[in-house]
Amino acid sequence: MAGPLEQFEIKQIVHLPVGGLDLSFTNSALHMVAAIVLATGLLIYGMRGRAMVPGRLQSMAELLYEFVAGMVKENAGEKARPYFPFIFSLFVFVLFGNLLGLIPMAFTFTSHIIVTFALAMMVFLFVTILGFVRHGLHFLHLFLPEGTPWFIAWLVIPIEIISYFVRPVSLSVRLFANMLAGHTMLKVFAGFSVSLAGMGAVGLVGGLVPVAMNVALFGLEFLVAAIQAYVFALLSCVYLRDALELH
Amino acid sequence: MRIHSLKRWSVCAAVAVLAVGVVAVVDPAFAQDAAHAVGDAATGHGGEHHSGGLPQLNPASYASQIFWTFVTFGLLLWLMSKVALPRVGEVLEARQEKIANDLDKAGALKAEAEAVMQAYEKAITEARANAHKVIADSVAAADAEGARRNSELAADLAQRARAAEERIQAAQQAALGNVRTVSAEAAQAAVERLVGVSLGADMVGTTVDAVLKERA
Amino acid sequence: MEAEAAKFIGAGLAMLALLGVGIGLGNLFSGLYQAAARNPAAIPAYRTFIFIGFALTEAAGLFALVIAFLILFS
Repeated sequence: MAGPLEQFEIKQIVHLPVGGLDLSFTNSALHMVAAIVLATGLLIYGMRGRAMVPGRLQSMAELLYEFVAGMVKENAGEKARPYFPFIFSLFVFVLFGNLLGLIPMAFTFTSHIIVTFALAMMVFLFVTILGFVRHGLHFLHLFLPEGTPWFIAWLVIPIEIISYFVRPVSLSVRLFANMLAGHTMLKVFAGFSVSLAGMGAVGLVGGLVPVAMNVALFGLEFLVAAIQAYVFALLSCVYLRDALELH
Repeated sequence: MRIHSLKRWSVCAAVAVLAVGVVAVVDPAFAQDAAHAVGDAATGHGGEHHSGGLPQLNPASYASQIFWTFVTFGLLLWLMSKVALPRVGEVLEARQEKIANDLDKAGALKAEAEAVMQAYEKAITEARANAHKVIADSVAAADAEGARRNSELAADLAQRARAAEERIQAAQQAALGNVRTVSAEAAQAAVERLVGVSLGADMVGTTVDAVLKERA
Repeated sequence: MEAEAAKFIGAGLAMLALLGVGIGLGNLFSGLYQAAARNPAAIPAYRTFIFIGFALTEAAGLFALVIAFLILFS
């Protein structure tokens, strides 16, 4: 019987050592592949009809598209239009990772700090490089808001720099911690049920209480899975706007 | 509705109890194991048998996870930007265009309908004006005709009344003449009888005339 | 087992951060409901901000949780 943290265990499926690095295909990688297959499948299979009046799957695909398009337009501005596929892929990748993890026995790759950190770092580097490409050294003005008096600037600049470099950390830890906490909580409550069931007839009935609790928590986790994917993409949009427009 | 959902819930609950119960009965070690596992996790022993507690903090898997994250994400990005998103965009654009076209068409049709409506209303007002005119004309004609007939009738009546009056007068004259003759003859006869004198017609006539004049 | 006990105490202390997170979330949503009550027509405009605020506030609590996990399991 698994402890509440065993669900996060990485299991090797295909051993794949590449020059000293262990790039094995693991259950984590398997779920990433499943996520992109599902996402691509939804979009391509759903849109196969190209119907004027959409069916169910096509509606979902279009809804997803318009939702992210609206988010990018509102939060990253019109200039961010070329980066829409990037934000869309981020959103879909995280969303499907979160949702896949909710399937019992499945693995949640977004509950691994290294995965979320890799994604957040990618966003961070992308946005920073984009900022320098767009504005050159002018991009450094991001750390000094317009019209700051010089005696406050000494205080503001370090704060701005720190808050800028904390971005990838907070972005990744938020997602990772949400997933970790939610899934651990579900498993802990499920564990209560099982241990109560071991206590005979009374325990069997009493064990239903954590089950009911888990049902409610599961609903909450669904919400969290969607919200965290949204927040991840939303904050990426906000960072992108900073790089595109300065402020 | 309530009853149904209640039933469904109780079925779910029963299934859950059964499932947990079956597991507990079939494998008594399972429940104990589970209890231990939960306890272990809570006390921090659970993670002891794999390195470093949280699997997330085990750097052994980092290389593989980073690698596969970038591989899958890159693949997704490529699929989305090259294949999937343009397709969705196309369909949405086509729909937008169609809607815009349809709106244009609807606008044109509406304008047309309004023109037709205006023409219709114009025709209606014209027809109404015509009708008014026709009614006024016929009323005027009828009035004139009536007036004409009235005056004709009045003239006719007046003429007839005049003729009648003339006739009456003539009759009166005749009657009056008759009265004179009759009364003269009667007076002559009466005088002849009473007095035995035969008066001359002239004399009787003048006398009767005088009396008549006196009476009249 | 002194160190073990200290771990639990530390993890418990780490969760004190939830005090602030609770206050923060309360503030956030009280602000939202007041704004929504005053101007219900503008509710869609608040949605993005409320999600950002919610995520940022909740993240503080989750950072504490991560710290607690780190204390407990490493």
